[in-house]
Amino acid sequence: MKAKVSTKAFAVIAIVVCLALAGVVSYYAANTPDGLTRVASDHGLDDKQKNHATDDSPLAGYNAKGVADKRLSGGLAGVAGVVVVLAVVSGLTYVVRRRRRDDMPQD
Amino acid sequence: MHIPDGFIDAPTSVATGLVAAAGVAVALRKAGQELDEKTAPMAGLVAAFIFAVQMLNFPVGAGTSGHLLGGALAAVLVGPWTATLCMSVVLITQSLLFADGGITALGSNITLMGIVTVAVGYAVFRIVIRWAPSSARSVSVAAFLAALVSVPVAATAFVGLYEIGGTADIPLSSLLAAMVGWHVLIGIGEAIITGLTVSSVLAVRPDLVYGARGMLTKDALQLRPSLSSQTRS
Repeated sequence: MKAKVSTKAFAVIAIVVCLALAGVVSYYAANTPDGLTRVASDHGLDDKQKNHATDDSPLAGYNAKGVADKRLSGGLAGVAGVVVVLAVVSGLTYVVRRRRRDDMPQD
Repeated sequence: MHIPDGFIDAPTSVATGLVAAAGVAVALRKAGQELDEKTAPMAGLVAAFIFAVQMLNFPVGAGTSGHLLGGALAAVLVGPWTATLCMSVVLITQSLLFADGGITALGSNITLMGIVTVAVGYAVFRIVIRWAPSSARSVSVAAFLAALVSVPVAATAFVGLYEIGGTADIPLSSLLAAMVGWHVLIGIGEAIITGLTVSSVLAVRPDLVYGARGMLTKDALQLRPSLSSQTRS
């Protein structure tokens, strides 16, 4: 019988994969505009485009400001994003489940 | 398909903001029913994975790229309500931290990429699964098809939204043709990534895949073999 991969091992592997994708592989991603951006420039949708309010964010554009090396700059931004998203959703999940447990004690 | 600030006018942005807020509020209530003690960790992992893969643009044609949206993938892995939560957190993080997607456009982006893709993806998934034999392959194929359809539909929804509240006057037919054209191609990439990811999870922990519920054997290590044809894929 096939040994089951523990949830903890699964989670660790998944997180490592996410960090590798965002932190390393992202450097090699295509840097051409995406579909919407392309259509926007072809058809003039971006005539009215406004500057982004958080363009001054230290991670704006998926580059860590102040880090000269492009690869490292992008990698750090990716890693930061993975960590933030993981933490926020995990926290939300905890709250959502806790609230449900409180509402329905026999769950 | 992240909409920047300035594309959609203020009243429409407010309206989509309300739609998004309502969707997230309902998702917060309902997500608790989708996740149990064992599968709860999947929510964070799915959200992190989608964030990471969204950074990996792939070429789809001359000078244009696409990236995974992830709504269908999330719906199959953790259920539609949790998926909406995951997508919303990803989109909000991207907008606030990375200036990817306008802040005033958050309502529109969450509506299109967090609600439309999830709803359409999950609906297609359930329809396909209903008629397919009960197997791991069916789950993967259904996820593939769900993703394939979800992207051009979201693109169409964008066009609809733009016709209502777009800041520039663009003829509907040319906008529709352009958006759907590119996003059919992007949908193929989305489908491949989705199918591969779902198959991978099914191969090691099928019990963690929301869309495979009801298809597991008693010991939850394998998917129940299909009754009519050969089993393990």
